[in-house]
Amino acid sequence: MADAPAIELTGVGRRYGERWALRDATVTVPAGATLVIFGPNGAGKSTLLRVLATLLRPHTGTASVLGEELPRREWAVRGKVGLLAHDALLYRDLSARENLRFHARLHKLGEERAEQLLEATRLLPRADDPVRTLSRGLLQRVAVCRAVLHDPPLLLLDEPRANLDPAAAELIEPLIGRESGRTRVITSHDPVGGLAEADLALGLRNGSQALLGPTSEIDTAAVEALYR
Amino acid sequence: MHGKGLRALTLATLVALSATFALVVFWAPNDADQGFIQKIFYLHVPVAIITLIAYVVAGIFAWRQLKTGSREWDLRSYVVIHIALIFNIVGLLTGAIWAKASWGHWWVWDEPTLVSFLIVFLLYATYQPLRFSIEDPERQARYASVFAIIAGAFVPLNFMAVRMATSLVHPRTFGTANGGLPGEMMFVFLVSIVAMGLLFWLIVKYEIAQKTLTWQIRALRRRLLGDDAVAPLGRSAAPTIAPQEAPAR
Amino acid sequence: MSRDAARRDAKPMRPTMALLRKDLLLERRAPESIPAMVLFSITTFVLFHFGLGRDEVDGSLAAGVLLVTILFAAILGINRLFVAEHEEGGFDAVLMAPIDRTALFLAKGTALFLFLTLVEVVAVPAFAILLLGPSPWHGLPALIVTLALVNLALSSVGALVAALAIRTRSRDLIVPIVTLPLLVPALIAAARACAPLLAAHGDAWPAAKWLLMLGLYDLVFGLLAYAVFDFLLED
Repeated sequence: MADAPAIELTGVGRRYGERWALRDATVTVPAGATLVIFGPNGAGKSTLLRVLATLLRPHTGTASVLGEELPRREWAVRGKVGLLAHDALLYRDLSARENLRFHARLHKLGEERAEQLLEATRLLPRADDPVRTLSRGLLQRVAVCRAVLHDPPLLLLDEPRANLDPAAAELIEPLIGRESGRTRVITSHDPVGGLAEADLALGLRNGSQALLGPTSEIDTAAVEALYR
Repeated sequence: MHGKGLRALTLATLVALSATFALVVFWAPNDADQGFIQKIFYLHVPVAIITLIAYVVAGIFAWRQLKTGSREWDLRSYVVIHIALIFNIVGLLTGAIWAKASWGHWWVWDEPTLVSFLIVFLLYATYQPLRFSIEDPERQARYASVFAIIAGAFVPLNFMAVRMATSLVHPRTFGTANGGLPGEMMFVFLVSIVAMGLLFWLIVKYEIAQKTLTWQIRALRRRLLGDDAVAPLGRSAAPTIAPQEAPAR
Repeated sequence: MSRDAARRDAKPMRPTMALLRKDLLLERRAPESIPAMVLFSITTFVLFHFGLGRDEVDGSLAAGVLLVTILFAAILGINRLFVAEHEEGGFDAVLMAPIDRTALFLAKGTALFLFLTLVEVVAVPAFAILLLGPSPWHGLPALIVTLALVNLALSSVGALVAALAIRTRSRDLIVPIVTLPLLVPALIAAARACAPLLAAHGDAWPAAKWLLMLGLYDLVFGLLAYAVFDFLLED
């Protein structure tokens, strides 16, 4: 398991009607490494994340996540992937604590884990307020707690630091940062920060792979070119 | 390849329809109570039977679609339901005419076939709006199949319930006073069922061939002129793009 | 571990309870469905009073008024059933959990069943007071059994149609036009079963065939919905 790559995509594509949202994605991410995905809106970043999260089935190619082939063995991947999506994936009328406890039950975890995360992210004072009353930044912290609740070996992060002030970003760093030790896939619009954080970079444009390589070999100009 | 056998099937259908027409008009005996108009029975009942069978068949096709993930089955299920809906309307209209002729009312609530026919029509009439409200063709196919399976099981159950709730005071097709259909009527009736079945199958095959051809032309145009030169597809209740390789399961 | 073994490991009961608890908690925190359904039912009784121009109804008329009202009220609940999941993408979080996805169907069906039962606890007495002529007591046990079977039919069909409609463009239209025809057989059986219970000198128990028909309906659509529900969730 340790030497097997965490993610291995070969020619993965996904159609919406006649339009290819993602075409011919071929990436290998070693376990513990970080992949950053750049690309303008609609380039296929979210589609790729959703394929990795087992929420979308690929139409072409072969995909294997955490050593399990998708979609045939997708049930074996579920529960091992944490997704921090654009939406918070929380119930608005429930409190942070209730949301986390609910997800803990779905993942067959005890309630201590929820408390521990609430404390780590300094959410305890607001833990019993409905999440719809929380600010965007606080909401994002709850969403991070939900994404890492079951201690997943693979994290999928869709612009994780949006809406976070630097202090809050530092707070969640141990959970979703490099020191968390998880394999990570991050989408980003920030060439400098994105390249600094990752080992591998993937650039998407109109669903196709326009850029791929170790971050040490890619300069910010190449990333910026994707958006032009 | 979808056009294969269409010519032979067309000829067979024409022969069967003409034979049915000739038999019904010139050979089948006039009903003692109801006179000539009773002969609409040879249209109404076969159409009704074919419609109900078609709905169940569409449900089976839909099940195949979910099992294999192949959009071919979605196309078949869609076309069968589409044509069955048209047959359903014909069945309702001829049923109403028959009711008017036999009992003096355009609609009778104690004729279970007619009533369950109306209910089934109301259910299947929502099939197209349901499809139309889903844009992603893959999801449209899956959701439509789920609907077709549920509705296919609904058809016999609904018939049972309506039948149970109806007091049988009117003469029934196979249960007339002298117990069952006379031999000549039965023969004409069977010929008519075969003809209607052929007609149904023929229209289904034509529509499948037409849809497949349209898709092939579109795919060719996209390949020759480029993806952007061909106008994007609008929303549609019909399956819109050519069935492709089924996604691996 | 083989696929079957893993599947067996993922028993649907635990996640079903977790999902159900969450739905009940949500309805308690932000009561939406139940109050709306209760209000709707009582308003409909008042409308029937004026629409029919009658102070009292009994027998099959009473059964029709009561059951059609419950059916329409159920539509409101079905429409709301997956809204909490749909908003904020809660669906995705549930779909990524290592659970048998039919747990979602079981939980939503049970939630709807409980909602309907609660609504009826208020709406049926209100009906008896406002509209029903004869005393309801003699047929009450049979009425409870019949309504329980009706609720079962409403919740299995309702949970399926709700999941079907939630990711379409016109959920509020799709839900009633698909659900109502689907429920006709259940309504036929239920109305026939309730008619003598609500009549002045009617029987205390309906003919067994109507309850059997309802039971058959529950069984067929319950199992079918359970079997096809998964396909509504995979993309």
